Amino acid sequence: MLPDFSNPHDWLPWAFASLMGLSILVYVVLDGFDLGVGILFPLAERAEQDKMIGSIGPFWDANETWLVLAVGLLLVAFPSAHGMILSTLYLPVFMMLIGLILRGVAFEFRAKARDHHKRLWNRLFFVGSVITALAQGFMLGLYIMGLEQTPATLAFACLTAAFLAVGYSFIGATWLIHKTADDLQLKSLKWARQSLWGVILGILAVSVATPLVSTRIFDKWFTWPELLWLASLPLISAVLVAVIWRMLRQMPYSQDRFSWLPFATASTVFALAYLGLAYSFYPYVVPERLTIYDAAAAPESLLIILIGACIVVPVIIGYSILAYVIFRGKATELRYE
Amino acid sequence: MDALDTLMLSRIQFAANISFHILFPTITIALGWVLLFFRVRFAQTGAEKWMNAYRLWVKIFALSFALGVVSGITMSFQFGTNWPGFMKTVGNIAGPLLAYEVLTAFFLEAAFVGIMLFGASRVPAWLHVLATALVAFGTTVSAFWIIVLNSWMHTPQGFEMIDGVAHATNWMEIIFNPSMPYRFTHMMLASFLTVSFLIAGVSAFRWLIGDRSAEIRTTLKTGLLLGAVLIPAQILMGDKHGLNTLEYQPQKVAAMEGNWETQSNVPLLLFAIPDEAARENRFEIAIPNIASLILTHSFDGVVPGLNDFVAKDGTVEHPPVAPVFWSFRVMVGTGMAMLLLSWVSAFYMWRWRHLEGRTWFAAEGVPRVILFALVPMAFSGWVATLAGWYTTEIGRQPWLVQGVLTTEVAVAEVPAPMVMGTLVAYLAVYAALLIAYIGVVVYLARKASGTGGMSTPRPASAILTPGE
Repeated sequence: MLPDFSNPHDWLPWAFASLMGLSILVYVVLDGFDLGVGILFPLAERAEQDKMIGSIGPFWDANETWLVLAVGLLLVAFPSAHGMILSTLYLPVFMMLIGLILRGVAFEFRAKARDHHKRLWNRLFFVGSVITALAQGFMLGLYIMGLEQTPATLAFACLTAAFLAVGYSFIGATWLIHKTADDLQLKSLKWARQSLWGVILGILAVSVATPLVSTRIFDKWFTWPELLWLASLPLISAVLVAVIWRMLRQMPYSQDRFSWLPFATASTVFALAYLGLAYSFYPYVVPERLTIYDAAAAPESLLIILIGACIVVPVIIGYSILAYVIFRGKATELRYE
Repeated sequence: MDALDTLMLSRIQFAANISFHILFPTITIALGWVLLFFRVRFAQTGAEKWMNAYRLWVKIFALSFALGVVSGITMSFQFGTNWPGFMKTVGNIAGPLLAYEVLTAFFLEAAFVGIMLFGASRVPAWLHVLATALVAFGTTVSAFWIIVLNSWMHTPQGFEMIDGVAHATNWMEIIFNPSMPYRFTHMMLASFLTVSFLIAGVSAFRWLIGDRSAEIRTTLKTGLLLGAVLIPAQILMGDKHGLNTLEYQPQKVAAMEGNWETQSNVPLLLFAIPDEAARENRFEIAIPNIASLILTHSFDGVVPGLNDFVAKDGTVEHPPVAPVFWSFRVMVGTGMAMLLLSWVSAFYMWRWRHLEGRTWFAAEGVPRVILFALVPMAFSGWVATLAGWYTTEIGRQPWLVQGVLTTEVAVAEVPAPMVMGTLVAYLAVYAALLIAYIGVVVYLARKASGTGGMSTPRPASAILTPGE
């Protein structure tokens, strides 16, 4: 899958596809957990809700900028694919945007509005998170179905919508296990146990459907000897899921040891599932219609973007880590100081 | 054109989205620097009033920032959902500029904004000052790149067309295109003016509800003096920008002036109803020769007319006249109101300077009637900024990229009812959010002044503790 590095028409689109893929993965994991916290929101008590907000407060808008980076890269590096994909997904994109707007502003407003308005913003925070997760899952489903819109593909998209929402609440719950203590932590453990099935079913559904939709993808997976190392993806995932299963039953360990482990394992499972999808679709950016090479912008323009990206992306990663270090430890109620 | 087809609806939808979006960067760009000023003054003097001002305005910053982020996400999708032809044709140029906007700036803000908002007690003071500075710098760089792209769409250069697709030939020419320096300065000043009147208006409101704290005196003075200094600079800059537009987009200037025939001694129209069907103005109120004077710096200078921009087959190649004509007047009118209010206030503050001891200006001196006028002016910067953008963007029609691509060619073939439906939903959400935003600003202002939005006044010490 490595490109020819002497030919800019070959390696530049590849580099941008990789960068875009990475951004989407980082987005799904990072905004996944804060969307998940939003979905779990109504299940908690009033005081716990403030802690939940506190656990994602310093991160959520930095997390969402990965979506802007991913869509931005699609826009600037693969302009014709951007138009093709987004005008097909017009309505789900619109729903997602409304969801993102609602939860983003509800987040800020609930901290500042007077008390009797707080309930409204709490509700909108939940509703926005759910709409966003469902819309993203719906788009994932349609994309897997090759962006065809028939009753069967739409039904599948509805299924993935539900699974992704449950998946996000799962990763959100594992985040809360790490960031909270006492009652809320116990609740989070319960939520994680209850939503794990959604992750398993979701990954199974996607794994079964993807090769069935396209013979190209089927052949790509089920050929000897590739199958040998490709099989490691589902195998490792299965082992990790089993590990989480066990941990969630035994936690919290004494002195809160390994409270970060469920989140780390969940992120790895998400990453493996994502890797499988990426392998299936490469080199297509619009399934079965447009490859990254057909859709790429002119090499000289891509090169200019790449220079900027090479300077900035490491810096971004560096200070994202810094932000997570500064706000490490158990969440407190959010205060502007 | 007048029918609500997909093109017109898509244009309205884009206009609605970007209008809503621009409101918040307009605040955060300059407010970032003002917050840095408050923060640095606190570090220098240790006076609690600076930190109190910081605490209120950082909340308003956070709120504006969040609204800017979420409405900005909408923007990055709009290109694909509604205007696929734009990136297809000029993607090689717009792409890198948009990418640099996202890369260099958006992330800088988003990553440091967390430390700036929530980190004051978790990080050393120097890092908090640095984070504030980087956020201010980030918003400015962000504005720079997006203005570069916008200016290039008005005055494109440094590219060649190969098979109907633009390819960059000279990036310095693209970045430093002829209208960029004017547009960027004009927008930066607009942002600072918006913030200065927002601060002045909110401070006047708090003064009128009885707050006489050191903080309120300081912020009222800061807002008014900043406005008084910047508004003449903005008027000068606007004039320069207008002359630049006259050179590169004369049809836009002709629409702004409501001037149909190319002629000398063109009058300045204070009022008129441009009638595009009859190709003339009705109900004109005019001052002779002044438009010529402003645009050419001579009474008998020749100003281009709209009739020069109609093709032989009758195709109109100039923008719709009335919206450009009127938004231009709204912008100028708002600017004049800003000039009047800030200068009168500055004069009275200077005249009564002895009221606050050894200082050049005393907030005490601002007359009550001015304070009442300042409250509705709190959002005057928004009105002027939007009116200015409508002037320049509607003035670019029928072009999307001047001389290269028309809006008609770039639009997506999405069914009109679908665009209509989403447009209505966007508008409803935006209207609700705008009301909520202004409501929360008012509530925060009341709370900071100790009236808490409720009737029970709080002791003075409560003002000193940070809110939630």
